[in-house]
Amino acid sequence: MSELPPLAQQALDAFARLPGWEQRARLLLQWAERLEPLDAAERSEANRVHGCESLVWLVAERRDQALHFRAASDARLLRGLLALLLARIEGLDGAGLAALDLADWFAQLGLQRQLSPSRSNGLNAVLERMRELAATR
Amino acid sequence: MPGLSIHARQTFRGTAAMPLNSPWRADFPGILALQAEGQTYLDNAATAQKPEPVLAALDAYYRNGTANVHRAQHLPGDRATRAFEATRLKVTQWLNAASPAEIVFTRGATEAFNLLAYGLEHLFQPGDEIVVSALEHHANLLPWQQLAHRRGLNLVVLPLDAQGDIDLAAAATLIGARTRLLAVSQLSNVLGRWQPLPELLALARARGALSVVDGAQGAVHGRHDLHALGCDFYAFSSHKLYGPEGVGVLYGRSDALARLRHWQFGGEMVRHAEFQDAEFHPAPMGLEAGTPPIAGVIGLGAALDYLDGLDETAVAAHEAALHAELLAGLAARDGVRLLGAPRIALACFAVDGVHNADLAHLLGEQGIAVRVGSHCAMPLYERLGLAGAVRVSLALYNDGEDLRRFFAALDAALELLR
Repeated sequence: MSELPPLAQQALDAFARLPGWEQRARLLLQWAERLEPLDAAERSEANRVHGCESLVWLVAERRDQALHFRAASDARLLRGLLALLLARIEGLDGAGLAALDLADWFAQLGLQRQLSPSRSNGLNAVLERMRELAATR
Repeated sequence: MPGLSIHARQTFRGTAAMPLNSPWRADFPGILALQAEGQTYLDNAATAQKPEPVLAALDAYYRNGTANVHRAQHLPGDRATRAFEATRLKVTQWLNAASPAEIVFTRGATEAFNLLAYGLEHLFQPGDEIVVSALEHHANLLPWQQLAHRRGLNLVVLPLDAQGDIDLAAAATLIGARTRLLAVSQLSNVLGRWQPLPELLALARARGALSVVDGAQGAVHGRHDLHALGCDFYAFSSHKLYGPEGVGVLYGRSDALARLRHWQFGGEMVRHAEFQDAEFHPAPMGLEAGTPPIAGVIGLGAALDYLDGLDETAVAAHEAALHAELLAGLAARDGVRLLGAPRIALACFAVDGVHNADLAHLLGEQGIAVRVGSHCAMPLYERLGLAGAVRVSLALYNDGEDLRRFFAALDAALELLR
């Protein structure tokens, strides 16, 4: 696997040494604030990712050839998880997205429970949507 | 909706704190194992842990040699059939049905409602009405909704009052001349209130409509005399009643059962088969196609035996005390809003300014097993204007310590989130 993007490495350094759920939650809430905002028009039905209990929107755009994603949610901790997902996939092309092991990434962060099959927060649905968008744009 | 509200309650404050112990907790290896793992299980409306006698019955059935029921002349087949049919007799007595022929085993309560919606389909004409209530679980809503689509029927939805009960005044006008069937829940899995069944069933009877009662939650919190209740059909699932999953019970009064057409075809339900035609058994056998969940049915029998051996009054008193403590704890916290006014078994709540998903995340992190979401009642939540809620649901093995851990986790989560 190639090197992690700088922001992802930063996340790994920060999360991997946290001793408990409370510290992880506090840091997730901080990461939630890092998401680039989506405006009201971008929070549209067309940009909604279904398969999440909470509302999640995902927008993709080309910036200098590379695909750039932005995401938003009405749930705060999920915003933190989305920020960690976006940090990990920054700069990846379609093939890189297809190969990404999301469970492994969150396991490295100590957040593996957030990816279990019974979770309905929809991170897997977000990654699926990213793969679709990468294939079509 | 007009009526049903979400409101903060101010009552129950200052309840004296007595340790609430469950004398039955030690009978449930599952709850003890979860506790040892640091998990506090308060999602009992979804499914319940099993008492030791149920585990023993499942183990013994397989360990002593399994066989299929109803067909074989050999000893193992005879033994399996006797044990299987013994459960039918226990269910008959449990519900005070007239005879074991009124008890049909299905693969769950959901399958029981689907069986009814297909088996009764031939009785409906376009324009006929099916009446349900606004609090129905998807299992007792979607089979009727889809039947209405298939046959061009109108689905009428009874509104709720502010407490969370089906509005009887509205029901008296909505259950009308075109009503052919009334399908209502006995105890809501969201609002935790006994519904006014005697009044509703009388309204249906007066119109000559069939009645279906969803007892999935109700069956767990009290024994019900179906002869006295007087409904045509009643369904519940084993797994919520401390038995194995994969088994549902459909009670049908004999004259009502006789109106059902066969709906699934295969082994066991057929009396005589030719290539071009066949004759089928009447209910209950005729409605039990294929190999049934034999071990599960035997396990349900063990669960009923276990429950039969408990002091019913003591169980009810314990559950009521737990529920009061749950309500008191919720009422004592700022910004916590109860859905309706739950009376038994569970409470659903939302917290002002806090997303349910965030609460769910942090309760889960702290080993609190509660349900967050729309609890298979999406239309109800839509009417409440809520995306979902947190549901704490109780069983007879829960104790005051479970609630103490839940509230400590809730406080820690809210401290982080606000």
